Amino acid sequence: MTTTTADARSQPGAGAPPATRSAALTSYDVADFSVPTMRDEDWRFTPLSRLAGLHDGSFVASGTPVKRSVAELPSGVRIENVGRDDKRIGTALVPFDRISAQAYTSFTEAFVLSVDKDIQVETPVVVDVGGGDLDGASFAHTVVDIGAGSEVTVVLDHTGPAVLADNVEVLVGDNAKLILVSVQDFDSGSVHLQHQRLKLGRDARITHISVSLGGDVVRQFTTVDYTGRGGDAQALGIYFADGGQHLEHRQLVDHSVPDCRSNVVYRGALQGKDAHTVWIGDVLIRPEATGTDTYEINRNLVLTEGARADSVPNLEIQTGEVVGAGHASATGRFDDEQLFYLMSRGITAENARRLVVRGFFAELIGRIPVEELRDRITATVEARLAEAGA
Amino acid sequence: MSTLEIRDLHVSVAIADGEEKQILRGGVDLTVKAGETHAIMGPNGSGKSTLAYSIAGHPKYRITSGSVTLDGEDLLSMTVDERARAGMFLAMQYPVEVPGVSVSNFLRTAATAVRGEAPKLRTWIKEVKEAMERLEVDSAFAERNVNEGFSGGEKKRHEILQLELLKPKIAILDETDSGLDIDALRVVSDGVNRVSETGEVGVLLITHYTRILRYVKPDFVHVFVGGKIVEEGGSELADRLESEGYVRYTKAAV
Repeated sequence: MTTTTADARSQPGAGAPPATRSAALTSYDVADFSVPTMRDEDWRFTPLSRLAGLHDGSFVASGTPVKRSVAELPSGVRIENVGRDDKRIGTALVPFDRISAQAYTSFTEAFVLSVDKDIQVETPVVVDVGGGDLDGASFAHTVVDIGAGSEVTVVLDHTGPAVLADNVEVLVGDNAKLILVSVQDFDSGSVHLQHQRLKLGRDARITHISVSLGGDVVRQFTTVDYTGRGGDAQALGIYFADGGQHLEHRQLVDHSVPDCRSNVVYRGALQGKDAHTVWIGDVLIRPEATGTDTYEINRNLVLTEGARADSVPNLEIQTGEVVGAGHASATGRFDDEQLFYLMSRGITAENARRLVVRGFFAELIGRIPVEELRDRITATVEARLAEAGA
Repeated sequence: MSTLEIRDLHVSVAIADGEEKQILRGGVDLTVKAGETHAIMGPNGSGKSTLAYSIAGHPKYRITSGSVTLDGEDLLSMTVDERARAGMFLAMQYPVEVPGVSVSNFLRTAATAVRGEAPKLRTWIKEVKEAMERLEVDSAFAERNVNEGFSGGEKKRHEILQLELLKPKIAILDETDSGLDIDALRVVSDGVNRVSETGEVGVLLITHYTRILRYVKPDFVHVFVGGKIVEEGGSELADRLESEGYVRYTKAAV
């Protein structure tokens, strides 16, 4: 079965208005939040029974913490492991749900990656996040702090086994330009629940590319905040759910400042029994955010029977003076007719599927400025297609 | 010289709830040789498209008995892509959209599959460009997604473009003339004639109307009614159908 929710407003109860969510409780204290249930709007798509107890405190606390390492550190870029009292922690992010608060109160050391002001870092900074296990829960905290006027590409590459809840704070200074690629490619059986909060300075630009491939359950919430005019956020996403995987991506783009831009483009493919993807795109344009230009789109490609894609864009506009504001969502099937058409031109079934999926992802994968990573994502996608075709 | 032989074809089509409906009941014997152009004409619902799609191997159709061979090789035991690589081509009445796949990527993938190796890039680009010019399609066409947002005329030109590039042994054109304005009809017909004049391709032209036969002269005309061939002749038969219609046959069939 496939479902598409093209417009939340056409489905009663399908989405709390973004304004409601942005005004929701924020707290560092787990106890301030009630345990999520399937009746909560924010959790109704999430398989709570598969979260290893990260949401209700019943988790086993003995997990090996993930390690963060950078093989090659360009000059002007620093990495540190700091204690909970470091003043950079909490500058962008205050937890707004129980799991985020659990992660916030449970981590022991935070990983801080900072980039000096006014430098251009040519080499991408690749942070390997891994070394966890499936024996128990682990928690982490990451701060990415880009100095004003600097340009850099950072990759957060999540691999290996993990049962992880963590928060990532990203500060993009005035006039800085960051490309942040976050790859969620944990081993099967892994659970990864993450909140990333991006805070943009004046004229700051971010291209945020989320790539979710591996893990039993991946739920990533990305929030974008603007603190000065001229901020520009490109939030791109690529995901491929195989049988039994749950990949969920939520965004809240909070336009609270005039003359900022956002563009959200998520594309997902699904194959296999009980593959499930969820995309919830919330965009809020507050009364003071005049001159906002925003667009969000989610497209899903369902390759086989038995997979399900949920897609809900929510756009709430509280001022009439916007440059542009739009949203779209479409879920399509790779169907027998397309397969027949391509095969009738001599193309094998496997190549036909590869051609379609490659075309579907090509534009977004092309935005990743790290060749090895592009090749790895393409190879992973094609290996899965080959498996399904076999 | 290639030969397509269709013998005693019985075909049923899957309808709702696992039920099947018999469309072709064995009255189809047809031999198409390279260099020949055959027109299959008949009223709507006579089973013309069933014939085309079952030869190409569409999963909706099940061949219950009979045979189809290309140069003696059993087409019916082949998968859809194997049939195409063996030399069959079907220009479809309703070509499907394939989002995310550009025309240029699609054409090159298909040519690589059919030819058994990737065409050399430089000659390939020239080959495609020339074929597109002959079919009067804009060069921007190559970067559009396959059939996505194409007009009726563009879809059919795209089918004939593939026909010219893939150089099959036998080409089946299913209602290629439908939905074309007079200019597009001329361009598409010229394409079919170019392919046919090579003498290396057998053409099976399926049509409801005689209109396209003003541009493409068939060597043989087969009248198809009620799932079987009811009359055969030369191009003069098409002229007769033009004036008399199918009434004579449909009455007899009932």
